[in-house]
Amino acid sequence: MKLNDAVFGALFLALSLLVLWTIQGYPKIPGQNVGPAAFPGIAASVLALCSLLLIVQGVRSRAGTPWFQRGEWTSRPPQLIAFAVTLGGLLLYVLASDRIGFIATGIVMLGSLMLALRVRWPMALIVSVVSTVVIHVAFYKGLRVPLPWGVLPVLY
Amino acid sequence: MTWSVISQAFALVFDPYVLWIILASSLFGLFVGAVPGLTATMATALLVPVTFFIPPVPAVAAIVTCTAMAIFAGDIPGALLRIPGTPASAAYTDEAYAMTKKGQAEIALGAGLVFSAIGGLFGTAVLIAFAPVLAEVALKFSSFEYFWLVVLGLSGAVFIGASSRLKAVTSLMLGLLISAVGLDNPGAHPRFTFGNAELTGGVSMIPVMVGMFAVSEILRYVTSIHPPPKFAAEKIGNVFKGMWELTKKYKVQLIRGSAIGTAIGIQPGAGADIASWITYASSKRFSKEPEKFGTGHVEGIVESGAANNSALAGAWVPALVFGIPGDSITAIAIGVLYLKNMNPGPTLFINNPQHIYAIFLVFIIANIIMIPLGWAAIKVAKNVLRAPQNLLMPVILLFCAVGSFAINNTVFGVLLILVFGLFSFVLEENGFPTAPAILGVVLGGMLEENFITSMIKSDGDPLAFFTRPIAGSLAAATFVILGWPLLARLWRTLRH
Repeated sequence: MKLNDAVFGALFLALSLLVLWTIQGYPKIPGQNVGPAAFPGIAASVLALCSLLLIVQGVRSRAGTPWFQRGEWTSRPPQLIAFAVTLGGLLLYVLASDRIGFIATGIVMLGSLMLALRVRWPMALIVSVVSTVVIHVAFYKGLRVPLPWGVLPVLY
Repeated sequence: MTWSVISQAFALVFDPYVLWIILASSLFGLFVGAVPGLTATMATALLVPVTFFIPPVPAVAAIVTCTAMAIFAGDIPGALLRIPGTPASAAYTDEAYAMTKKGQAEIALGAGLVFSAIGGLFGTAVLIAFAPVLAEVALKFSSFEYFWLVVLGLSGAVFIGASSRLKAVTSLMLGLLISAVGLDNPGAHPRFTFGNAELTGGVSMIPVMVGMFAVSEILRYVTSIHPPPKFAAEKIGNVFKGMWELTKKYKVQLIRGSAIGTAIGIQPGAGADIASWITYASSKRFSKEPEKFGTGHVEGIVESGAANNSALAGAWVPALVFGIPGDSITAIAIGVLYLKNMNPGPTLFINNPQHIYAIFLVFIIANIIMIPLGWAAIKVAKNVLRAPQNLLMPVILLFCAVGSFAINNTVFGVLLILVFGLFSFVLEENGFPTAPAILGVVLGGMLEENFITSMIKSDGDPLAFFTRPIAGSLAAATFVILGWPLLARLWRTLRH
């Protein structure tokens, strides 16, 4: 997935303007002319300058590089699915691990990604279950991280 | 005093628990380095959540040994599959593979192993000799000097080895803005927190690194369209055979590679990857038989194999003395030092010298045990390289998730690795380097603090940044690096 530099320029310009607008309301350190606004202000100003240069560079080269170009992998379903499953797995962890528990989340995350990477299902099932339980024991027992049990009863 | 410190350091390192950690992280580093697609930086990022739970000395020991092993192990798939295991081996991968095809796999791998260890020891010697001296100088530094040091480090990151300077600066500014999030600033004003309680403490460094170096790597793997590589090697013979002759024949190359590598490592922002490219080029340039390069000639491997490991040790000089990372690996290591209350800087040398000496010792041990462990790794290389990546990558993903959860025991860390993994993946696909961003995140706080302190001390007068002698020289050095492209162009026009 390739975007023309100008697209990034526009996005980052918007970001830097947003930052510059946000810091307007920041207080100063009493008796000083600098405060919490100074540093992000400078960084955002430099970013804005870079963004403008990126826009110029992108517009100049637009004959060769279109605004948006699908990378090789975005036109291949297996790669697209694996990409979505990877991000989906992390999202599942964020949204559901508290309720359904670490072990259930881990098995779903690993199993689905392995299937997407064309591991055969018996293998995917075995490796997902075993490695999820090993990671759980290592972190829950070994490092005492309070990983949630969720739908499962507390087993150890 | 010194002797008691050194004996304390020995006691700290030669503790069964620490030695066990060193061995375990060596094996981990060898494995990660040998598997193509898993980089030394990723190995370090994956270690960080674990180091969170162990005492300071073994934590740092784990990082030091793991990275040294990973950088060497990157040579193995380079020679056997023509895929560098880590970017630091990329410079001479074609050369090593050509040697394998000529039936000289054991010489290519042996040279990689032996000269990696020698280069690593050379870099370590420089680290031991210079870091304490520099620390004494650094004691006299005020916020002005530190400000310029950070700026110098950041400009080095942008201007050395970046294919597009504009994109590197953009990436750096994004990193600096990320570092500005939270309450930790001169006015203790909540910046860019959107009322989110998790963000008031700032964006935690560990999930950012795990996201940018590990999750993005997984995304790159799952979207790659290349079929798995095929094996080139037959049997691998005795890797130590003929190494003594090579050492005698290429001693100049060995010393030059180690010296240039260490120097590049010390220079903030450039590390093992760049060191190996530059020394491979210098080796060819000064060689008596440059025509042999690319056809399976060991000379370049001697020089840049030594360079990438010496750069690792060199990178720790600014990291320990100033708290400024020499490369992305030490950027992560500095994060760990802060977590462990071993805040890097000259005071670490005064208050806890035994820790510093312990780190030196670990460097020496790591580079010595690299020889037998590396030999074993080469022996089992075929099996390691066959490790099915479609099983490995999902497990690493879950490990990343649980590791970043464990930092604060909230899923916010997992959200961060998702966001930063995707962010880094998209940026890299479009030619934005991510190393400047990570340096920006790590150094942003230090840069702001020293900038604001200096501004307050000087009553807002920017000239004060240039009037102290060391600050002025550092400023001049920064402007030379920043103005280098212009100066080079001017020089070329004047000559013609």
